Amino acid sequence: MSKSVLLKSSIAKKYWMALTGLFLCLFLVGHLLGNLQLFIAGEEGRRAFNEYAYFMQHNPFIKVMSYVTYLSILFHAIDGIMLAVQNKKARPVQYAMNNAASNSSSVARKMAVLGTIILLFIVTHMVNFWAKMHFGGLKLHKYELVTPGQMGEQKQMVYYTHTPSVNPIPDVPQIEVKNELDLYIAKSNLKVAEGYKDLHSNVVAFFSGKETNGVEGNKLALVAVILYTLSMAVLSFHLMHGFSSAFQSLGIRHKRYTPSIELIGKIFAIVVPALFAIIPIYLFVK
Amino acid sequence: MGLTNAYCLMTKNLKKMASKTININLKIWRQKNANSKGSMETYKLDNVSTDSSFLEMLDQLNEQLINERQEPIAFDHDCREGICGMCSLFINGEAHGPDRAVTTCQLHMRKFKDGETIFVEPFRAKAFPVIKDLVVDRSSFDRIQQAGGFVSVNTSGRTMDANAIPIPKHDADKAFEAAACIGCGACVASCVNASAMLFVAAKVSQYALLPQGKVEARDRVLNMVRTMDEEGFGNCTNTGACAVECPKEISLENIARMNREYLKGMLSAE
Repeated sequence: MSKSVLLKSSIAKKYWMALTGLFLCLFLVGHLLGNLQLFIAGEEGRRAFNEYAYFMQHNPFIKVMSYVTYLSILFHAIDGIMLAVQNKKARPVQYAMNNAASNSSSVARKMAVLGTIILLFIVTHMVNFWAKMHFGGLKLHKYELVTPGQMGEQKQMVYYTHTPSVNPIPDVPQIEVKNELDLYIAKSNLKVAEGYKDLHSNVVAFFSGKETNGVEGNKLALVAVILYTLSMAVLSFHLMHGFSSAFQSLGIRHKRYTPSIELIGKIFAIVVPALFAIIPIYLFVK
Repeated sequence: MGLTNAYCLMTKNLKKMASKTININLKIWRQKNANSKGSMETYKLDNVSTDSSFLEMLDQLNEQLINERQEPIAFDHDCREGICGMCSLFINGEAHGPDRAVTTCQLHMRKFKDGETIFVEPFRAKAFPVIKDLVVDRSSFDRIQQAGGFVSVNTSGRTMDANAIPIPKHDADKAFEAAACIGCGACVASCVNASAMLFVAAKVSQYALLPQGKVEARDRVLNMVRTMDEEGFGNCTNTGACAVECPKEISLENIARMNREYLKGMLSAE
């Protein structure tokens, strides 16, 4: 098998589109399951989400999968752009009158446009959340600990750490944060615990617009929610054609199974983006 | 219903069926030759019988043009019974016009309204360059066919009887359905990407399904797809427009089959 066939042939390009596309569908499911934790209320939900975010950043298996995801997105986008450019060239003179609606859905014909919008969304989405998680800019997860004492109730801000059973680490000048997450006795090499990045409060502040655990509320929260929802609508259209189209590209077509694949594709295309979109709307109106 | 009533209804229906004429406006692509720049020209044609085919209507228009000492419109046609694949034309935004499962020669003027403006354009694709007016060069299809759309047989006089090989009815039917492709190019013309996948898939399928075709299956699909790419056709995005506009109703199933055949060929080729 020559390299040119693997990358240059029109059909091989479609295999790559299908394989990366289907992998990204799996990624969407994983991402959605994580996001749904934002529905868990109060401190419990905050802990669950931040622990999950830590796991996603540090687990070796997830790390490998994340690189596969980045590569898939890149390959899907680059391959898609290459296909779109070739397809444009294949018809240099356009029809004066083209009744394309009579033979195909506009969604199927506009996959490249929809894909470009999704790519723009992914970039802004990664700037808003992924970059903060990976390159700093997030506060550590701290909560108010109430302890009964002889002088009445005592309130203190403490770090939420990986080993919550030992003495809680208070947010005092004697405790110093190093390497983003590690809590040290100030001016010493003594590490006492490891905290969590408070991605949860960042997300809630971003979409609710309200100050959350010391994170300033996003003044443009309404715009963010609207753009996010619109992006999910675009994703829905892209999946509406893309899901079943991937199977066709891979040659998986059968009188008995194809109707089910198409139905599952339609359900997937509606349910997954809808669930994604409900989360910021819920955070905004909550 | 009484007999008289039935008779009345019958004559009424007969009158309805009887030839009616319509007046139409036409916007037709005129292009002097392959190198010149073409444009859409407007024509008016009166008294077109609704029973005439689209090509007969164009004949009528050409007669009118000749009488007016104008250059007649060049368009492709041959058998005029829907089997040769010569007629093309993109009519009102669709290959072979608004009717389904017919070629342009089988399209009747009764499908159009009195006073309607009808757009007539050549099939548009980089791989189908315009020769003159509505005539396009579809020899790229021939070159794809020559790249592998055949079965090598011994013609030295000891040829085996084809019917001696048992073929399941189901496979024979599928192969026949694929072989119904007349290579008109409506799939390319309709496709948003000007892709030739349905044509090539039909040609690959008709052999892939039969034992005689299996011998050369691997090279056939690789060579035909390579030639298809080289000819400058676009890539398939599974919009399904081709199968809808195909006058022979070739199914997308064939494209999936070619995708499988190609994967097999790609992985096993040395």
